Amino acid sequence: MRHLMSPLDFSTGELDNLFSLAEDIERHPEKYAHACEGKKLATCFYEPSTRTRLSFEAAMLNLGGKVLGFSDANSSSAAKGESVSDTIRVISCFADICAMRHPKEGAPMVAASHSSIPVINAGDGGHQHPTQTLTDLLTIRAIKGRLDSFTIGLCGDLKFGRTVHSLINALVRYDNINFVFISPDELTIPEYIIETLRERGIPFREIRKLEEVMPELDILYMTRVQKERFFNEEDYVRLKDYYILNKEKMQLAKEDMIVLHPLPRVNEISVEVDDDPRAVYFRQVQYGVYVRMALLLTLLEIRIP
Amino acid sequence: MLNVGKIEEGFVLDHIQAGKSLSIYKHLGLDKLDCTVAIIKNARSAKMEKKDILKVECDINTLNLDILSFIDHNITVNVIKNSEIVQKLPLSLPKEIKNVIRCKNPRCITSIEQELPHIFVLTDEKKEIYRCKYCEEKYGNTGF
Repeated sequence: MRHLMSPLDFSTGELDNLFSLAEDIERHPEKYAHACEGKKLATCFYEPSTRTRLSFEAAMLNLGGKVLGFSDANSSSAAKGESVSDTIRVISCFADICAMRHPKEGAPMVAASHSSIPVINAGDGGHQHPTQTLTDLLTIRAIKGRLDSFTIGLCGDLKFGRTVHSLINALVRYDNINFVFISPDELTIPEYIIETLRERGIPFREIRKLEEVMPELDILYMTRVQKERFFNEEDYVRLKDYYILNKEKMQLAKEDMIVLHPLPRVNEISVEVDDDPRAVYFRQVQYGVYVRMALLLTLLEIRIP
Repeated sequence: MLNVGKIEEGFVLDHIQAGKSLSIYKHLGLDKLDCTVAIIKNARSAKMEKKDILKVECDINTLNLDILSFIDHNITVNVIKNSEIVQKLPLSLPKEIKNVIRCKNPRCITSIEQELPHIFVLTDEKKEIYRCKYCEEKYGNTGF
């Protein structure tokens, strides 16, 4: 029995199989419509995350399975002081697989070590959110046709952005990837990631203005620059426009460049960009469902010929 | 020079960094043992100039080698029988340490579930980096 705690739990070979399955699901959804009949997914969300929970539930329903669960700690026995390990032992009697989100880092790992059903980490504090990374990777692979040999720009809050760190850690396993980090001084990529890239001889650059690199990028991964991360309002007002993607900046980009965003978006991508075919962030949400379907099938060891 | 006599049976921890013996005494729980313990501070050493030594007259099995390795794997452990060194135990960094240090990350699951063991895993042997098994927080300066 396998669990998913981190995007690095799967080798690149295993990820290839997972993504091939997800792409087959995209092409032939009818083939998988009854694949999980009689199976139940428990969504144990100790903190609200509507998008991730609904994506998991949609994935299981698309496979013909059923879902049960709770969507915040107050409606679970955690409010009465039950430990994660006790909860998962109980949930193991109700469901065949569990997706768990918890505000405390490592909680899904504790659950996995006491569980008799596969556990998927659906986000644990600022630590890991592996299905977001799998979604990002599948979106890139499905649209660009590969997970190697490209220049990717990561823009916005690179200091605190969990999705960005996780994506970089996943991408360093592929060949010929060139990273460009676009952020204000206050929100630069952490030193430990820079060290990893240096140790592996992976090319990267750190710049301050998005316009400077737009023509070079094959992929632009946008994240939100939150006002509260700045020391003062003046800096925020001065810098925020460098990190807002609009039509003018898109005109500088390659015709086949794609824009990803983990969502929710606030104002870092102007709505006028939404109609640009290169803006794939809503397709990315759809790929999130496909990759979760593939993941449920893989962890439940269900094979559809 | 001060002389401390030989012990009959037990173990001698040699090449302890000068000034660290009391801390090691505490972390190994030697204060709880009902046996003779000699703490020698600032002994002359050809290799280290100054060193500390601990002589403990009890069964070697009472010693937690994992804790000792984690604190300082350069310490020499001599097993004594009939007042002679019969074995030198090699120390290497333990792959995993349980309930020796505590995770200080307030966002870690161990911060709210008290019964969970605090487990740290050796993630980089060269840089001697340990990370919490649950939240992967790096363990900072040991302070030993």
